[in-house]
Amino acid sequence: MSDTDAFEPVQTARALSSAVGHSDTAVIMSETKPEWSRRNFIKGVIASGVTVSGAVYFGPALTRPNLLSAQGVERLVALNINGQTRRVDVLPGETLAMTLRYKLGLTGTKLGCDRGECGACTVIISGTTHYSCSTLTQRVRDREITTVEGLESPDGKLHPVQQAFIDELGPQCGFCTPGQVMSAVALLEANPNPTRSEARIAMSGNLCRCGAYDHYLNGVMRAAEESQNG
Amino acid sequence: MMKDMIPGFDLFQPTEIESALELLDRFGEDGWALAGGYDSLDWFKNRGKHPEAVIDLQGLTGLNGILEGPNGVEIGALTTLTEIEHNSIIRERFGLLAEAASKVASPQIRNAGTLGGNLCQDARCWYYRYGVSCYRAGGNTCYASAPDALNREHALFGVNRCVAVTPSDTAVALVTLDAEMVIRNSGGERIVNAEDFFMKPSADITRMTVLEAGDLLTAIRIPNTWAGADFYFEKVTDRNSWDFALVSVASAIKNSADQIDDARIVCGAVQCIPRRLENVEVMIRGRVRNENTAAQAGALAVQEAEPLNYNHFKIPLMENLVKRAVRG
Repeated sequence: MSDTDAFEPVQTARALSSAVGHSDTAVIMSETKPEWSRRNFIKGVIASGVTVSGAVYFGPALTRPNLLSAQGVERLVALNINGQTRRVDVLPGETLAMTLRYKLGLTGTKLGCDRGECGACTVIISGTTHYSCSTLTQRVRDREITTVEGLESPDGKLHPVQQAFIDELGPQCGFCTPGQVMSAVALLEANPNPTRSEARIAMSGNLCRCGAYDHYLNGVMRAAEESQNG
Repeated sequence: MMKDMIPGFDLFQPTEIESALELLDRFGEDGWALAGGYDSLDWFKNRGKHPEAVIDLQGLTGLNGILEGPNGVEIGALTTLTEIEHNSIIRERFGLLAEAASKVASPQIRNAGTLGGNLCQDARCWYYRYGVSCYRAGGNTCYASAPDALNREHALFGVNRCVAVTPSDTAVALVTLDAEMVIRNSGGERIVNAEDFFMKPSADITRMTVLEAGDLLTAIRIPNTWAGADFYFEKVTDRNSWDFALVSVASAIKNSADQIDDARIVCGAVQCIPRRLENVEVMIRGRVRNENTAAQAGALAVQEAEPLNYNHFKIPLMENLVKRAVRG
């Protein structure tokens, strides 16, 4: 792969990461493949599992010249995501949703409104649910982050909540589903045997524009029941 | 998503309150104190505010937690709304606040949102949030009270140029409970009554609270005065989740066998500050707590209401909420 002068911030991020000695940063855009699309770009990130600078997405607004602010936070951080340590270059004003989707390739977490008003971006941070669109990544450096990708067991078996949502026909368009799953998982971890009204409150921070609320709620109750029996 | 990226700023994460106060001093108007982040990040994403430095308060562990003392309860300003909702001391003694906290926004927002942040959030008038140059933003007009303005959610009382209402549910509860706000800056500490903490537009239209640049709300003290009183809280919203109040009511009433000994009643979302109904409190003191007293209280509560074009419905709504609060 060759560097291109068109993406100067990518180069600086790369130079920075090589300077501190970890090699999981790579530039996947090259001059030989100029026809990359958004989907291919994201797929490429997922396939190679690499960390890339999000310069293309972040635009000029965020690529400030000072990579390491003398007194502020350091940009190179290690995050604990789904039990793995992920090293990544994080801007001070970067949200966790951006880091997950566009730097770590964890696109299971969806961005709906980007204002904490829909719930599609819900992740679990140290046991409680949060909107990753409204959480600065720099604030969760020492926390355990779980995204929808971290729920499946190593043998590929779905989490009971995921399976119950399928069985109860929870998803229609599916866009809100990862967020709904995370809210249900966090609820059942804190309260394995919730009443229907407790479950309703726990799920009340996740919008579903298809209106499949009762299906999701049935799914939560089924997952609780099956976890008790299983 | 490009438009939603947050413009650059320097992020500071102090772990001592002294360093936080020093940073707030150093940056003055260009600094921004960040608690839960739900109000702040919206402003940044919408390009409404452009701080040079954001001071993340999360590391100030001393501002987190609930302490019970001989004179009452002290709640650190960074305590999350979820913690307040579930805390056994608050639930037993000041259930009103637990109830109000449980009605804020959505579970995810309560998990990150802090009591201090909920109290200090900015006005939710969408004309103002849209970034127009209204009175509150330093301009010389109010878009929300223009003849064709949509002002269904706006104020009934105390209008002075700005018609925005107080958006905070916990503010209404804390004014009812006679809470005190502990404010610190590099010069020291001062205590302000909850009732005086919120700023009327007639006093300073560009601020929601008495906090000035360099000030930090560090704790909220609730005296024993109303501990265990008969509480009532109700918040009416368009949606059951996430929404700000159309009208809310909080009351604390002390009864003896056949009469009301003392009362506090406060309404939210009808004025720029939580509206304490002192005339109603005086009227019901010494009265029997029944349907008749409740009806008179409701009628008195809305006597001076001055509706805008689209918020007449708030008058019977507020009247009924006050009636319910007094009836119990």
